[in-house]
Amino acid sequence: MLPHTRNSRRIALAAGLVILAGCSTPSAQTDVHDPYESVNRATHQFNKELDRSLLRPASQVYGTLVPTPVRTSLDNAGSNLGGPANVVNNVLQGDIESAVHNTSRFLLNTTLGVLGLFDVAESSFGLENRDTGFADTLAKWGAREGAYQELPVFGPSTERDTAGMVVDFITNPVGTLFGDDAEDADRVTTVTEILNYRYTFSDTVDGILYDSADSYAQLRLFYLDARRFGLGESADSIDPYEDLYDGLFDE
Amino acid sequence: MMDFLTSNPNRRHVMLGIGASALALVLPNKARALTSDEASALINRAVGDINKVINSGKSSSAMFRDFEVIFKKYADVPTIARSALGPPARSASATQINKFSDAFAGYLARKYGKRFREFIGGEIEVKSARKVKSFQEVQAVAVLRGQSPFSVSFMVSDRSGQDLFFDLLIEGISLLKSERAEIGAMLDKRGGDIDKLIGDLATAG
Repeated sequence: MLPHTRNSRRIALAAGLVILAGCSTPSAQTDVHDPYESVNRATHQFNKELDRSLLRPASQVYGTLVPTPVRTSLDNAGSNLGGPANVVNNVLQGDIESAVHNTSRFLLNTTLGVLGLFDVAESSFGLENRDTGFADTLAKWGAREGAYQELPVFGPSTERDTAGMVVDFITNPVGTLFGDDAEDADRVTTVTEILNYRYTFSDTVDGILYDSADSYAQLRLFYLDARRFGLGESADSIDPYEDLYDGLFDE
Repeated sequence: MMDFLTSNPNRRHVMLGIGASALALVLPNKARALTSDEASALINRAVGDINKVINSGKSSSAMFRDFEVIFKKYADVPTIARSALGPPARSASATQINKFSDAFAGYLARKYGKRFREFIGGEIEVKSARKVKSFQEVQAVAVLRGQSPFSVSFMVSDRSGQDLFFDLLIEGISLLKSERAEIGAMLDKRGGDIDKLIGDLATAG
């Protein structure tokens, strides 16, 4: 697919680090830091159009034509190809237990699970999926979340997550370890994973994108809440009783 | 009004003090804090009812009616509604607040009923509870067929006078926070007209 010389990787890696260094001043991770809101909103309209005209219809075709077990297996295979990257990031995060966990998963699923088509590590050995990426590593290293971004095609992100994604893309060890065919397979399964996600959670995604009074704000909130939750960075829940009684006494 | 309050913090404290004493008289059992066991017990009952509905095989509209009953029984709907409405709740009349709260319950049941419908064939299990600020957070997981488990948390408080939940988080995404944003946006679109919002909520979600 894309030309992947050592040199182009190095340039792109540098670009990733520059993006990271340029992360705009963050605030406490309890609220929304969105200085590029007007640009983001324009991108959001573009992404919605893309979903309406391409992703949503394609996912409906994919979901209707391809039976559930096949879709699940393709998801598993894609996730399995991410195994080596997970292990590398676990090590970078200093999480040796997860590195061993993900190595076992990769070995079991590649062999007994027929090139990752079946997640036997989870179903037979109780080793659940523990996906990670360089964005998580950056968070572990203390990089701040940065500003919220809605990227064309890729959708919601933060400056930290975008930097992580760029590094994930360039340093994908699948190609290095198993050759370009495996890397191409990884890209194909990524597309099927996206289609399957869009199909499986069709009601939820439609609800956010097309039924909301402000789909941009809802998507932003959902992304940041879920992401912070995944990283263990969630703020305490809001206490409506404090506001409520404040409201009563203000009158 | 806010400027007046922040520039006169003493007056506000006095007001709060009077309010708190009045509240202590109204709610005699207020001194006893809600325990993790009590909060878990409430959510166990709620989750039992939800599981029955998602595996009942009923039609969507019948499920949404059942969810509305569950919401009204286990959630502090008036507090969630008032919080979702935000500052405009202060200038709204008592009748408007009541009507809004009613319409909001139906809207929530339809909207979150659709989410729960995706759990069909699965089950929610209560795992643990812990104290956060003045309330309890009850953690549960939704175990679904062929999918990784989802985290579902309920925030429970007894400050309404009863043990009720006031927020529901699915994978860290807060119902209360998203409804504050959503209701705020809906109200803006209607030029701040609460009555129009109440009318439209009857079919939204």
